[in-house]
Amino acid sequence: MYAQMVKSEGSSGEQTPEEKGFQARIDAGDKIEPKEWMPEGYRKTLIRQISQHAHSEIVGQLPEGNWITRAPTLERKQILLAKVQDEAGHGLYLYSAAETLGISRDEMLEQLHSGKAKYSSIFNYPTLTWADMGAIGWLVDGAAIMNQVPLQRTSYGPYSRAMIRICKEESFHQRQGYHIMMKMARGTDAQREMAQDALNRFWYPALMMFGPSDANSVHSEQSMAWKIKINTNDELRQRFVNETVPQAEFLGLEVPDPDLAWNEEKGGYDFTQPDWDEFFEVLKGNGPCNKERLGTRVQAWEEGAWFRDGLTAYADKAAKRREAAATAAE
Amino acid sequence: MSREWPLWEIFIRSQNGLNHRHVGSLHAPDAETAINNARDVYTRRKEGVSIWVVPSKEITASAPSEKGPLFDPAEDKVYRHPTFYDIPDDVGHM
Ligand SMILES: [Fe+2]
Ligand SMILES: [Fe+2]
Ligand SMILES: [Fe+2]
Repeated sequence: MYAQMVKSEGSSGEQTPEEKGFQARIDAGDKIEPKEWMPEGYRKTLIRQISQHAHSEIVGQLPEGNWITRAPTLERKQILLAKVQDEAGHGLYLYSAAETLGISRDEMLEQLHSGKAKYSSIFNYPTLTWADMGAIGWLVDGAAIMNQVPLQRTSYGPYSRAMIRICKEESFHQRQGYHIMMKMARGTDAQREMAQDALNRFWYPALMMFGPSDANSVHSEQSMAWKIKINTNDELRQRFVNETVPQAEFLGLEVPDPDLAWNEEKGGYDFTQPDWDEFFEVLKGNGPCNKERLGTRVQAWEEGAWFRDGLTAYADKAAKRREAAATAAE
Repeated sequence: MSREWPLWEIFIRSQNGLNHRHVGSLHAPDAETAINNARDVYTRRKEGVSIWVVPSKEITASAPSEKGPLFDPAEDKVYRHPTFYDIPDDVGHM
Protein backbone atom coordinates (compact mmCIF):
# COMPACT_ATOMS: atom_id res chain seq x y z
CA MET A 1 0.00 0.00 0.00
CA TYR A 2 2.83 2.29 0.77
CA ALA A 3 3.99 0.05 -2.01
CA GLN A 4 1.05 0.09 -4.40
CA MET A 5 1.00 -2.14 -7.45
CA VAL A 6 4.35 -3.81 -7.15
CA LYS A 7 4.92 -6.02 -10.17
CA SER A 8 5.95 -9.49 -9.12
CA GLU A 9 8.60 -11.27 -11.13
CA GLY A 10 7.62 -14.89 -10.92
CA SER A 11 9.51 -17.37 -13.05
CA SER A 12 7.53 -18.65 -15.94
CA GLY A 13 7.16 -22.35 -16.42
CA GLU A 14 8.39 -25.26 -14.32
CA GLN A 15 10.00 -24.63 -10.96
CA THR A 16 13.61 -25.75 -10.69
CA PRO A 17 14.56 -27.99 -7.74
CA GLU A 18 16.16 -24.95 -6.10
CA GLU A 19 12.98 -22.91 -6.48
CA LYS A 20 10.94 -25.78 -5.09
CA GLY A 21 13.21 -26.01 -2.05
CA PHE A 22 12.98 -22.26 -1.58
CA GLN A 23 9.19 -22.30 -1.70
CA ALA A 24 9.11 -25.19 0.75
CA ARG A 25 11.16 -23.17 3.23
CA ILE A 26 8.75 -20.25 2.93
CA ASP A 27 5.73 -22.52 3.30
CA ALA A 28 7.30 -23.91 6.47
CA GLY A 29 7.54 -20.38 7.88
CA ASP A 30 11.31 -20.19 7.58
CA LYS A 31 12.80 -16.69 7.18
CA ILE A 32 15.09 -15.95 4.25
CA GLU A 33 18.24 -14.06 5.22
CA PRO A 34 20.63 -11.96 3.08
CA LYS A 35 23.09 -13.87 0.88
CA GLU A 36 21.06 -17.08 1.02
CA TRP A 37 19.99 -18.45 -2.31
CA MET A 38 16.78 -16.88 -3.60
CA PRO A 39 15.06 -16.75 -6.98
CA GLU A 40 16.04 -13.67 -8.96
CA GLY A 41 12.37 -12.71 -9.18
CA TYR A 42 12.00 -12.77 -5.41
CA ARG A 43 15.02 -10.52 -5.03
CA LYS A 44 13.91 -8.06 -7.69
CA THR A 45 10.32 -7.89 -6.51
CA LEU A 46 11.46 -7.29 -2.95
CA ILE A 47 13.83 -4.51 -3.97
CA ARG A 48 11.00 -2.86 -5.86
CA GLN A 49 8.54 -3.24 -2.99
CA ILE A 50 10.86 -2.25 -0.13
CA SER A 51 12.33 0.72 -1.96
CA GLN A 52 8.86 1.91 -2.94
CA HIS A 53 7.90 1.71 0.70
CA ALA A 54 11.08 3.55 1.74
CA HIS A 55 10.45 6.31 -0.82
CA SER A 56 6.92 6.69 0.56
CA GLU A 57 8.23 7.20 4.08
CA ILE A 58 10.68 9.83 2.85
CA VAL A 59 8.33 11.73 0.54
CA GLY A 60 5.62 11.29 3.18
CA GLN A 61 7.49 13.74 5.38
CA LEU A 62 6.76 16.61 3.00
CA PRO A 63 2.99 17.10 3.36
CA GLU A 64 3.41 17.18 7.15
CA GLY A 65 6.63 19.16 7.09
CA ASN A 66 4.48 21.83 5.49
CA TRP A 67 2.80 22.44 8.87
CA ILE A 68 5.68 22.20 11.33
CA THR A 69 6.26 25.94 11.44
CA ARG A 70 2.54 26.61 11.67
CA ALA A 71 1.44 24.12 14.32
CA PRO A 72 -1.02 25.80 16.69
CA THR A 73 0.94 25.17 19.92
CA LEU A 74 4.50 24.42 20.90
CA GLU A 75 3.45 20.96 22.06
CA ARG A 76 1.76 20.16 18.74
CA LYS A 77 4.87 21.37 16.98
CA GLN A 78 7.09 19.05 19.03
CA ILE A 79 4.75 16.14 18.37
CA LEU A 80 4.65 16.78 14.64
CA LEU A 81 8.43 17.13 14.50
CA ALA A 82 8.83 13.83 16.33
CA LYS A 83 6.41 12.12 13.97
CA VAL A 84 8.12 13.45 10.87
CA GLN A 85 11.47 12.39 12.30
CA ASP A 86 10.06 8.89 12.81
CA GLU A 87 9.10 8.78 9.14
CA ALA A 88 12.68 9.64 8.18
CA GLY A 89 13.78 6.76 10.41
CA HIS A 90 11.28 4.42 8.72
CA GLY A 91 12.72 5.37 5.37
CA LEU A 92 16.22 4.58 6.58
CA TYR A 93 15.28 1.19 8.11
CA LEU A 94 13.73 0.23 4.81
CA TYR A 95 16.55 1.47 2.60
CA SER A 96 19.01 -0.55 4.63
CA ALA A 97 16.76 -3.62 4.41
CA ALA A 98 16.71 -3.22 0.62
CA GLU A 99 20.48 -2.76 0.55
CA THR A 100 20.94 -6.30 1.87
CA LEU A 101 19.52 -7.44 -1.47
CA GLY A 102 22.37 -5.92 -3.44
CA ILE A 103 21.30 -2.41 -4.39
CA SER A 104 22.86 0.75 -2.95
CA ARG A 105 20.90 3.53 -1.32
CA ASP A 106 22.23 6.05 -3.79
CA GLU A 107 20.93 3.89 -6.64
CA MET A 108 17.50 3.81 -5.04
CA LEU A 109 17.53 7.57 -4.51
CA GLU A 110 18.56 8.03 -8.11
CA GLN A 111 15.53 5.96 -9.15
CA LEU A 112 13.28 8.10 -6.99
CA HIS A 113 14.67 11.38 -8.20
CA SER A 114 14.55 10.42 -11.87
CA GLY A 115 10.90 9.46 -11.48
CA LYS A 116 11.62 5.82 -12.31
CA ALA A 117 10.62 4.57 -8.86
CA LYS A 118 7.17 5.16 -7.41
CA TYR A 119 5.97 6.20 -3.98
CA SER A 120 2.48 6.08 -2.53
CA SER A 121 -0.11 8.16 -4.38
CA ILE A 122 -1.39 9.63 -1.10
CA PHE A 123 1.51 12.02 -0.70
CA ASN A 124 0.63 13.84 -3.88
CA TYR A 125 -2.36 15.51 -2.25
CA PRO A 126 -1.98 18.94 -0.65
CA THR A 127 -2.23 19.68 3.08
CA LEU A 128 -4.37 22.80 3.16
CA THR A 129 -5.31 23.23 6.82
CA TRP A 130 -4.14 22.12 10.26
CA ALA A 131 -6.98 19.59 10.32
CA ASP A 132 -5.15 17.78 7.51
CA MET A 133 -2.45 16.87 10.05
CA GLY A 134 -5.19 15.16 12.02
CA ALA A 135 -6.66 13.42 8.98
CA ILE A 136 -3.25 12.20 7.84
CA GLY A 137 -2.27 10.71 11.18
CA TRP A 138 -5.65 9.11 11.63
CA LEU A 139 -6.34 7.90 8.09
CA VAL A 140 -3.00 7.70 6.28
CA ASP A 141 -0.98 6.24 9.13
CA GLY A 142 -4.04 4.18 10.01
CA ALA A 143 -4.10 2.69 6.52
CA ALA A 144 -0.34 2.17 6.65
CA ILE A 145 -0.68 0.22 9.90
CA MET A 146 -3.37 -1.97 8.34
CA ASN A 147 -0.84 -3.03 5.72
CA GLN A 148 2.29 -3.11 7.82
CA VAL A 149 1.08 -5.22 10.71
CA PRO A 150 0.71 -8.39 8.61
CA LEU A 151 3.99 -7.63 6.84
CA GLN A 152 5.83 -8.15 10.13
CA ARG A 153 5.45 -11.84 9.22
CA THR A 154 6.92 -11.45 5.76
CA SER A 155 9.42 -14.08 4.62
CA TYR A 156 12.46 -11.84 4.17
CA GLY A 157 14.24 -11.40 7.51
CA PRO A 158 15.56 -7.82 7.20
CA TYR A 159 12.21 -6.61 5.81
CA SER A 160 10.30 -8.29 8.60
CA ARG A 161 12.58 -6.76 11.24
CA ALA A 162 12.17 -3.30 9.70
CA MET A 163 8.40 -3.75 9.74
CA ILE A 164 8.41 -4.77 13.40
CA ARG A 165 10.39 -1.67 14.31
CA ILE A 166 8.11 0.55 12.23
CA CYS A 167 4.89 -0.90 13.62
CA LYS A 168 6.06 -0.16 17.14
CA GLU A 169 6.26 3.50 16.20
CA GLU A 170 3.19 3.89 14.00
CA SER A 171 0.60 3.65 16.72
CA PHE A 172 1.71 7.00 18.15
CA HIS A 173 1.29 8.52 14.68
CA GLN A 174 -2.28 7.40 14.32
CA ARG A 175 -3.27 8.36 17.84
CA GLN A 176 -1.79 11.85 17.67
CA GLY A 177 -3.71 12.36 14.41
CA TYR A 178 -6.98 11.16 15.90
CA HIS A 179 -6.33 13.36 18.91
CA ILE A 180 -6.08 16.41 16.63
CA MET A 181 -9.36 15.38 14.98
CA MET A 182 -11.04 15.04 18.37
CA LYS A 183 -9.95 18.51 19.38
CA MET A 184 -11.13 20.02 16.11
CA ALA A 185 -14.39 18.10 15.95
CA ARG A 186 -15.29 19.32 19.43
CA GLY A 187 -14.06 22.85 18.89
CA THR A 188 -15.78 25.84 17.33
CA ASP A 189 -18.05 25.48 14.32
CA ALA A 190 -15.24 26.65 12.10
CA GLN A 191 -12.88 24.01 13.52
CA ARG A 192 -15.51 21.31 13.12
CA GLU A 193 -15.94 22.32 9.51
CA MET A 194 -12.21 22.12 8.95
CA ALA A 195 -12.15 18.61 10.40
CA GLN A 196 -15.05 17.54 8.18
CA ASP A 197 -13.40 19.11 5.16
CA ALA A 198 -10.15 17.25 5.86
CA LEU A 199 -12.02 13.96 6.12
CA ASN A 200 -13.85 14.75 2.88
CA ARG A 201 -10.61 15.33 1.02
CA PHE A 202 -8.59 12.45 2.48
CA TRP A 203 -11.17 9.67 2.60
CA TYR A 204 -10.94 8.44 -0.98
CA PRO A 205 -7.19 9.02 -1.36
CA ALA A 206 -6.78 6.93 1.82
CA LEU A 207 -8.85 4.12 0.27
CA MET A 208 -6.61 4.31 -2.81
CA MET A 209 -3.57 3.61 -0.65
CA PHE A 210 -4.39 -0.10 -0.73
CA GLY A 211 -4.14 -0.15 -4.51
CA PRO A 212 -6.75 -1.35 -7.00
CA SER A 213 -8.46 -4.68 -6.60
CA ASP A 214 -5.95 -7.45 -7.09
CA ALA A 215 -8.27 -10.36 -6.44
CA ASN A 216 -7.39 -11.94 -9.77
CA SER A 217 -3.90 -10.60 -10.27
CA VAL A 218 -1.12 -13.02 -11.18
CA HIS A 219 1.45 -10.67 -9.66
CA SER A 220 -0.10 -10.62 -6.26
CA GLU A 221 -0.59 -14.40 -6.34
CA GLN A 222 3.14 -14.83 -6.76
CA SER A 223 3.91 -12.27 -4.06
CA MET A 224 1.52 -14.00 -1.70
CA ALA A 225 3.15 -17.36 -2.34
CA TRP A 226 6.47 -15.74 -1.45
CA LYS A 227 4.89 -14.13 1.63
CA ILE A 228 5.97 -10.66 0.67
CA LYS A 229 2.31 -9.80 0.39
CA ILE A 230 0.04 -11.24 3.05
CA ASN A 231 -3.47 -9.98 2.23
CA THR A 232 -5.21 -8.85 -0.92
CA ASN A 233 -5.74 -5.13 -1.41
CA ASP A 234 -9.50 -5.55 -1.12
CA GLU A 235 -9.22 -7.43 2.18
CA LEU A 236 -7.13 -4.67 3.70
CA ARG A 237 -9.35 -1.90 2.34
CA GLN A 238 -12.44 -3.58 3.78
CA ARG A 239 -10.73 -3.96 7.14
CA PHE A 240 -9.75 -0.31 7.10
CA VAL A 241 -13.29 0.85 6.34
CA ASN A 242 -14.74 -1.38 9.05
CA GLU A 243 -12.38 0.03 11.60
CA THR A 244 -12.51 3.67 10.55
CA VAL A 245 -16.24 4.30 10.13
CA PRO A 246 -17.05 3.92 13.85
CA GLN A 247 -14.10 6.20 14.64
CA ALA A 248 -15.60 8.85 12.36
CA GLU A 249 -18.97 8.39 14.05
CA PHE A 250 -17.34 8.92 17.42
CA LEU A 251 -15.99 12.22 16.15
CA GLY A 252 -19.44 13.18 14.91
CA LEU A 253 -18.04 13.51 11.39
CA GLU A 254 -19.57 12.13 8.27
CA VAL A 255 -17.75 9.80 5.92
CA PRO A 256 -18.25 11.33 2.46
CA ASP A 257 -19.96 8.30 0.98
CA PRO A 258 -23.76 8.36 0.62
CA ASP A 259 -23.78 4.63 -0.14
CA LEU A 260 -21.90 3.62 2.96
CA ALA A 261 -24.00 0.98 4.75
CA TRP A 262 -23.44 -1.85 7.18
CA ASN A 263 -23.85 -5.21 5.53
CA GLU A 264 -24.92 -7.70 8.16
CA GLU A 265 -24.31 -10.67 5.89
CA LYS A 266 -20.66 -9.98 5.19
CA GLY A 267 -20.07 -8.45 8.60
CA GLY A 268 -18.62 -5.30 7.07
CA TYR A 269 -19.55 -2.05 5.41
CA ASP A 270 -20.52 -1.67 1.79
CA PHE A 271 -18.77 1.38 0.46
CA THR A 272 -18.04 3.31 -2.71
CA GLN A 273 -14.76 2.60 -4.45
CA PRO A 274 -12.45 5.54 -5.02
CA ASP A 275 -12.08 6.96 -8.51
CA TRP A 276 -9.49 4.62 -10.01
CA ASP A 277 -8.94 6.84 -13.04
CA GLU A 278 -7.80 9.55 -10.67
CA PHE A 279 -5.51 7.03 -8.95
CA PHE A 280 -3.80 6.07 -12.20
CA GLU A 281 -3.38 9.71 -13.15
CA VAL A 282 -1.71 10.43 -9.80
CA LEU A 283 0.57 7.41 -10.24
CA LYS A 284 1.51 8.66 -13.68
CA GLY A 285 2.66 11.92 -12.13
CA ASN A 286 -0.43 14.03 -12.74
CA GLY A 287 -1.67 14.41 -9.17
CA PRO A 288 -2.10 17.83 -7.57
CA CYS A 289 1.36 17.84 -5.94
CA ASN A 290 3.56 15.30 -7.78
CA LYS A 291 5.83 17.91 -9.29
CA GLU A 292 6.14 19.88 -6.09
CA ARG A 293 6.94 16.80 -3.99
CA LEU A 294 9.55 15.37 -6.31
CA GLY A 295 10.95 18.85 -6.95
CA THR A 296 11.42 19.41 -3.22
CA ARG A 297 13.15 16.03 -2.85
CA VAL A 298 15.53 16.64 -5.73
CA GLN A 299 16.28 20.16 -4.55
CA ALA A 300 17.10 18.95 -1.02
CA TRP A 301 19.37 16.25 -2.45
CA GLU A 302 21.20 18.58 -4.81
CA GLU A 303 21.57 21.43 -2.38
CA GLY A 304 22.88 19.02 0.27
CA ALA A 305 25.60 17.68 -2.03
CA TRP A 306 28.29 20.14 -0.86
CA PHE A 307 27.60 19.13 2.72
CA ARG A 308 27.79 15.39 2.06
CA ASP A 309 30.98 15.89 0.05
CA GLY A 310 32.44 18.10 2.77
CA LEU A 311 31.91 15.41 5.40
CA THR A 312 33.47 12.83 3.09
CA ALA A 313 36.51 15.06 2.54
CA TYR A 314 36.84 15.60 6.27
CA ALA A 315 36.60 11.85 6.95
CA ASP A 316 39.28 11.16 4.29
CA LYS A 317 41.58 13.76 5.79
CA ALA A 318 41.13 12.47 9.32
CA ALA A 319 41.82 8.91 8.16
CA LYS A 320 45.04 10.03 6.47
CA ARG A 321 46.10 11.90 9.60
CA ARG A 322 45.52 8.79 11.71
CA GLU A 323 47.52 6.71 9.23
CA ALA A 324 50.42 9.16 9.31
CA ALA A 325 50.40 9.22 13.10
CA ALA A 326 50.42 5.42 13.22
CA THR A 327 53.35 5.25 10.79
CA ALA A 328 55.29 7.86 12.76
CA ALA A 329 54.76 5.88 15.97
CA GLU A 330 56.24 2.70 14.47
CA MET B 1 29.09 12.26 -8.92
CA SER B 2 29.84 12.27 -5.18
CA ARG B 3 31.06 9.16 -3.44
CA GLU B 4 28.44 7.33 -1.36
CA TRP B 5 29.01 7.35 2.39
CA PRO B 6 30.16 3.96 3.64
CA LEU B 7 27.77 1.59 5.41
CA TRP B 8 28.06 0.89 9.15
CA GLU B 9 26.53 -1.92 11.18
CA ILE B 10 24.97 -0.67 14.39
CA PHE B 11 24.98 -2.54 17.70
CA ILE B 12 23.10 -1.28 20.73
CA ARG B 13 23.15 -2.23 24.38
CA SER B 14 19.61 -1.64 25.57
CA GLN B 15 20.56 -1.65 29.22
CA ASN B 16 23.57 -2.44 31.34
CA GLY B 17 23.85 -6.16 31.97
CA LEU B 18 22.82 -7.05 28.40
CA ASN B 19 24.94 -7.65 25.30
CA HIS B 20 25.11 -5.17 22.47
CA ARG B 21 22.75 -6.41 19.81
CA HIS B 22 22.75 -5.83 16.07
CA VAL B 23 19.87 -3.47 15.21
CA GLY B 24 20.54 -2.51 11.60
CA SER B 25 22.81 -0.38 9.50
CA LEU B 26 23.21 3.15 8.25
CA HIS B 27 25.42 5.34 6.08
CA ALA B 28 27.85 7.85 7.57
CA PRO B 29 31.13 9.46 6.50
CA ASP B 30 33.01 8.38 9.63
CA ALA B 31 32.66 6.56 12.94
CA GLU B 32 31.81 9.62 14.97
CA THR B 33 28.99 10.64 12.64
CA ALA B 34 27.84 7.03 12.50
CA ILE B 35 27.36 7.09 16.28
CA ASN B 36 25.46 10.37 16.14
CA ASN B 37 23.26 9.12 13.34
CA ALA B 38 22.69 5.83 15.13
CA ARG B 39 21.50 7.80 18.14
CA ASP B 40 18.87 9.49 15.95
CA VAL B 41 17.90 6.48 13.86
CA TYR B 42 17.88 3.68 16.43
CA THR B 43 17.40 5.20 19.90
CA ARG B 44 14.68 7.82 19.61
CA ARG B 45 12.76 6.12 22.41
CA LYS B 46 15.50 5.35 24.88
CA GLU B 47 16.27 1.99 23.26
CA GLY B 48 19.92 2.14 24.29
CA VAL B 49 22.62 3.12 26.74
CA SER B 50 25.61 2.32 24.51
CA ILE B 51 26.31 2.17 20.78
CA TRP B 52 28.92 0.28 18.75
CA VAL B 53 29.44 1.09 15.08
CA VAL B 54 31.43 -1.19 12.78
CA PRO B 55 32.22 -0.60 9.10
CA SER B 56 30.10 -3.18 7.26
CA LYS B 57 33.02 -4.05 5.01
CA GLU B 58 35.02 -5.18 8.05
CA ILE B 59 32.53 -7.89 8.91
CA THR B 60 33.40 -11.38 7.77
CA ALA B 61 30.36 -13.61 7.59
CA SER B 62 30.12 -17.36 7.28
CA ALA B 63 28.70 -18.37 3.93
CA PRO B 64 25.16 -19.76 3.87
CA SER B 65 26.58 -22.75 1.96
CA GLU B 66 28.80 -23.57 4.96
CA LYS B 67 25.77 -23.91 7.21
CA GLY B 68 25.88 -27.71 7.01
CA PRO B 69 29.58 -28.29 7.68
CA LEU B 70 29.61 -25.65 10.42
CA PHE B 71 26.53 -26.48 12.39
CA ASP B 72 25.48 -30.04 11.61
CA PRO B 73 28.18 -31.61 13.82
CA ALA B 74 26.39 -30.23 16.88
CA GLU B 75 23.28 -32.15 15.96
CA ASP B 76 24.31 -35.62 17.20
CA LYS B 77 25.86 -34.49 20.46
CA VAL B 78 22.82 -34.78 22.67
CA TYR B 79 25.11 -35.72 25.55
CA ARG B 80 25.98 -32.03 25.83
CA HIS B 81 22.54 -31.41 27.32
CA PRO B 82 21.66 -32.17 30.94
CA THR B 83 18.47 -33.98 29.95
CA PHE B 84 20.59 -36.73 28.31
CA TYR B 85 21.37 -38.14 31.75
CA ASP B 86 18.79 -40.10 33.72
CA ILE B 87 19.32 -39.41 37.38
CA PRO B 88 16.96 -41.08 39.86
CA ASP B 89 14.57 -38.73 41.68
CA ASP B 90 15.93 -40.07 44.98
CA VAL B 91 19.13 -38.13 44.37
CA GLY B 92 17.23 -34.91 44.79
CA HIS B 93 17.67 -31.73 42.81
CA MET B 94 20.68 -31.70 40.50
FE1 LIG C 1 6.08 5.49 8.69
FE1 LIG D 1 4.91 3.17 6.54
FE1 LIG E 1 3.73 7.01 10.31
